[in-house]
Amino acid sequence: MSANQNIGSLSGRSKIVSNKKMTFAERIYLPAIFGGFRITISHFFKKKATIQYPEETRPIAEIYRGKHVLKRDDEGRERCTACGLCALACPAEAITMIAAERKEDEMNLYREEKYASVYEIDMLRCIFCGLCEEACPKEAIFLTNVTVPSDLHRSDFIYGKDVLVEPVDKRVDISHRQTPEVLAFKKDKNQSHNV
Amino acid sequence: MFSKYLFFILSFIAIYAALKVLISKKPMHSVLYLTLAFFAIGGHYILLNAQFLAVVHIIVYAGAIMVLFIYTVMLLNLNIQGEFPKSRLMKFASAIAGGMLLMVLIAVFRTYDLKMISDPALNQIGLVKNLGKVLFDEYYLPFELSSILFLAAMVGAVMLGKKDIY
Amino acid sequence: MDGNYILYKLILASVILLISLVVAMYSTLLERKVAGFMQDRLGPNRAGIGGIFQPLADGLKLFFKEEFMPGTADKFLYILGPSLTMMIALLTSAVIPWGNSFIINGTEYTLQVADINVGVLYVFAILSIGVYGIMIGGWASNNKYALIGAVRAASQMISYELAMSMSIITIVMMSGTLSLKDIVDQQHGMNWNVWYQPLGFLIFIVCAFAECNRSPFDLPECETELIGGYHTEYSSMKLGFYLFAEYINMFISSAMIATLFFGGYNFPFMDSLNLSHNALTIIGSLVFFAKIAFFVFFFMWVRWTLPRFRYDQLMRLGWKSLLPLAIINILITGFVIMIKNHL
Repeated sequence: MSANQNIGSLSGRSKIVSNKKMTFAERIYLPAIFGGFRITISHFFKKKATIQYPEETRPIAEIYRGKHVLKRDDEGRERCTACGLCALACPAEAITMIAAERKEDEMNLYREEKYASVYEIDMLRCIFCGLCEEACPKEAIFLTNVTVPSDLHRSDFIYGKDVLVEPVDKRVDISHRQTPEVLAFKKDKNQSHNV
Repeated sequence: MFSKYLFFILSFIAIYAALKVLISKKPMHSVLYLTLAFFAIGGHYILLNAQFLAVVHIIVYAGAIMVLFIYTVMLLNLNIQGEFPKSRLMKFASAIAGGMLLMVLIAVFRTYDLKMISDPALNQIGLVKNLGKVLFDEYYLPFELSSILFLAAMVGAVMLGKKDIY
Repeated sequence: MDGNYILYKLILASVILLISLVVAMYSTLLERKVAGFMQDRLGPNRAGIGGIFQPLADGLKLFFKEEFMPGTADKFLYILGPSLTMMIALLTSAVIPWGNSFIINGTEYTLQVADINVGVLYVFAILSIGVYGIMIGGWASNNKYALIGAVRAASQMISYELAMSMSIITIVMMSGTLSLKDIVDQQHGMNWNVWYQPLGFLIFIVCAFAECNRSPFDLPECETELIGGYHTEYSSMKLGFYLFAEYINMFISSAMIATLFFGGYNFPFMDSLNLSHNALTIIGSLVFFAKIAFFVFFFMWVRWTLPRFRYDQLMRLGWKSLLPLAIINILITGFVIMIKNHL
């Protein structure tokens, strides 16, 4: 014992084990067993933590970051101009896009002269950090409170424009992510790359 | 009438199982057939209206001794390859020993007079109440001595388990 | 012995068999529910209201699973194992008095299949051969884990049988009979044996856990060390038989505890109710089943509270604690009875 203490513990984490003699109450186990019974029966009557999933869902935060949406403007034109800032900002490199030039007859489809003909997010890579949303100068990409569902194939997780762009008749409400504070932050010249 | 058929069925099972104990190649099967034979004999006891004896027979033989047999056989991993060839002298000696046992049995049963017991008082002797009266009356001392023997064996078993007391 | 009597006994035996099976079936659901509730979960609740059809779904699943038999297994014994376990588990229910008696048109119909005069010994006999199914199954599987499980089961059951029998001997000494019906009748009203034999009750219930291979003594099948223990190689309904037999054993053990120590179908103030004999019998049977239900719940309560014993601890508890305690209990009981007889 004393020799051990002189050497000391190499890792500095050694503990002195106490092998003290058990009292009679401890040796017959019964008091401890009844203590255990008391604990389990108290849990028996406690409120359960289970959430009955399909019928009820866990409440999520207002600014929950889930599946992305590519917004249209008030006239139903796509806002994205394929500048590539979101792809640049993305730490997981989940976003790819191919830019194209707007034709004469596509004035009502795209707001800017340049638009993204292909816009893909790999949902397996995405970490839902929201930096793309912050980087976007055109207020085009937002994260919504919709969870990305599971799927069977890797290829099914690459979401194209068919999934991401909001339908004209079913607009996605992103107002809670566009509070005045956020807008002010985005307009702040010192903070933002939005000029 | 009904019990007569039962007697023949039980006897058939008992003899068949006893033969199988010898014939079976696997030791495990032998042990299990022996257990079956014990059960058949237990059934015979019930036919003789000796329920106490029947139940005790099953508890002691089938429930305790045969379980230990199986236990040993399971752990020993006996199989046909492991059986060593017996020498001629060995076979000769066992034949003589078996023959002598047969002679003794014949000598005993030749002079024994088998009678049908029809006395109703004797018919009830196997019931637990009568058996208890006999045990604690006529055979009081042997009974108590054997129970002390068992108690000593049990205490001995517990003491063997205690490592620190030698 | 007329035809009516035999018919009545046949019906009674089938009903008791059916009740045992249904209770065992729903014990599986209860077990999962209790486990869930004690862990702050809800347990199965999707099949029917509150999961009421869950046991049916489980049974159906077991029937549809592949029947697998190891190539090196002993074919006959492999099948014999689970069948024997199931059969022996159901045998004890014959001697338990499930209620008093009905008197219809002057004839008395007792709610007990066989009131044999060695009832307690019969229970011991069934207990002692209960180990065969497990040993045969474990050996026939030709698998080392199954074999170790079987060996553990054998030694555990032999060890605890001893202390269990000794604890019941005190009851036999007090009541002076081996018939279970007489033992129950002597516990009229609140005159239960547990008040006189608390130590015997404690030993009995601990041994009952060990005999049923239930936690904290479920070493024969402990998953973490032996995969599945003696039923490692079993699948489909053969496995189902093993699992099912455990619940039947639990039910029968609870019934035995209620019979021997908690007055069976007797309940307090049964004389002051002024009911007819038949009505009293019905209430008594219901009370008996309530007692059984409580002990089944207690079995589960213990399972989800206590951790598993180590094997040497199990043996030490059985041989060095329970057995001496049981012998001391016998001595004390004998001493008290002697003093009482001399006063």
